[in-house]
Amino acid sequence: MIREKEQAVVLAQEQLAEGIFSIWIKTRAAKEAVPGQFISVYTEDRSRLLPRPISICEIDGNGQALRMVYRVTGENTGTKQFSRLRAGDRLPVMGPLGNGFPLEKAEGKKAFLMGGGIGVPPILELAKQIRCESRQIIAGYRDKQTFLAESFAESGKLYIATEDGSVGTRGNVLDAVRENKLEADIIYACGPMPMLRAVKDYAGERGMECYISLEERMACGIGACLGCVCKSREADPHSNVKNKRICKDGPVFLASEVEI
Amino acid sequence: MNMTVNIAGVEWKNPVTTASGTFGSGVEFSEYTDLNRLGAVTTKGVANVPWPGNPTPRVAEVYGGMMNAIGLQNPGIELFCKRDIPFLKQYDTRIIVNVCGKSEEDYCETVERLSEEPVDMLEINISCPNVKEGGIAFGQDPQAAERITKVVKKYAKQPVIMKLSPNVTDIAEMAKAVEAGGADAVSLINTLTGMKIDIHRKQFVLANQTGGVSGPAIHPIAVRMVYQAAQAVKLPVIGMGGISCAEDAIEFILAGASAVSVGTANFHNPAVTMEIVDGIEEYMKRQGFESIADMRGIVNQS
Repeated sequence: MIREKEQAVVLAQEQLAEGIFSIWIKTRAAKEAVPGQFISVYTEDRSRLLPRPISICEIDGNGQALRMVYRVTGENTGTKQFSRLRAGDRLPVMGPLGNGFPLEKAEGKKAFLMGGGIGVPPILELAKQIRCESRQIIAGYRDKQTFLAESFAESGKLYIATEDGSVGTRGNVLDAVRENKLEADIIYACGPMPMLRAVKDYAGERGMECYISLEERMACGIGACLGCVCKSREADPHSNVKNKRICKDGPVFLASEVEI
Repeated sequence: MNMTVNIAGVEWKNPVTTASGTFGSGVEFSEYTDLNRLGAVTTKGVANVPWPGNPTPRVAEVYGGMMNAIGLQNPGIELFCKRDIPFLKQYDTRIIVNVCGKSEEDYCETVERLSEEPVDMLEINISCPNVKEGGIAFGQDPQAAERITKVVKKYAKQPVIMKLSPNVTDIAEMAKAVEAGGADAVSLINTLTGMKIDIHRKQFVLANQTGGVSGPAIHPIAVRMVYQAAQAVKLPVIGMGGISCAEDAIEFILAGASAVSVGTANFHNPAVTMEIVDGIEEYMKRQGFESIADMRGIVNQS
């Protein structure tokens, strides 16, 4: 017995775009966190009892605090409650949970770091920590509200795609790759399922190593309830069927191992 | 004062166990909970062969609780016996294996396989609302429930707990049916069948369309049904449904339960079972109860 839910303290919160918030919290989870992991965040309202899995956007250098950038999913939601928190407020959290991006796989290689929508935040800490020959960051957004784009400046060359064409390439992250004639050996990606499917196919056609971070509705967040599984190509040694637990075995998977 | 309970001849150190399906086989929760502190660990349902379960989304939050339609994904009895039972044997707690099946033969094969294993009790799931065949088919008809109980008892070496569904008209009749079939104990309630619709996508939230509702919202329904079942049969009753704190658990005991299971609350607080054990103990001290038996079923008796 080594782990527990804790009361984190809110250090700062700001709104980055419509429905998108950034929160820094002081938490013990920061000490061991790595890019690609997530935090279970709980409301204080006992009628909303499931944790909200939120990806880690940044880890402060001292291992004391974490940044999460999240979307408010609607009125009367847990994330709406989180968005009202101010510095000094408490926030129950547990983590870090899941497995992060395998950073070591990129050594000596050219990497694409791809984020789409609310999948952009985890790419920020990844971009800060990854060591590779070159990194090309490709961020996809719906429109000109390109939250976090300026934060990538120190971490590598950023290419933007927007669905409405208001900034960068019109289209998705792969359209930006084609338009800018980008090339890489390895891909790390997080974003909505249609984007991840396209990225997986793109990597598969070219025989590229590709790691994707998946999302699913979760309950326990620690691998016990089997709520958040994805289909796997081979039978999984834990489940003994062709299912993997996104919270525990992921959320980052080698794209060729999962059926999405 | 002592917190031990005797359920069908098996002594537990305290009356608190985990509700099947919310705790796996304890491996993951053992990082957050000292399993030695629990009266028993009740495992997620296991069948004779591996089951892949339902498509996702399998879970959704609802106000005051959640819904699930996991579909009894499980690794099958062979891997379970090789991996999960030895894991649990490391701890000083009772092991209750929950068994699911699609046919009489499925249940019997698993129960027979478990007869050689060092497990303390079996819980037979005849009440899962989320699988199309089997399960609930046995749990909504008293004659079918009595029959499956009789058949399972022929193969079982360990005491058999029949887990009842709340999705019935008369819970007392179901409890009596499994008692007539030779059950050693009953546990209830399983989840209540529900439905949730995403008004933005205009689709069912769960891929299975319907799912089992659990959590604090169902607690009063569960207390009522446990009371009715405890009044109807002489068997020990294990009460569950929406327990999130010691007070919720104590209500079940006062209603007639000999023990309680904690389910959905584990997702909100993975250490909640230990807190409930402590809370029951404090209540007993405060109220001057010497044993769990002293407080069992005493609602309105003073």
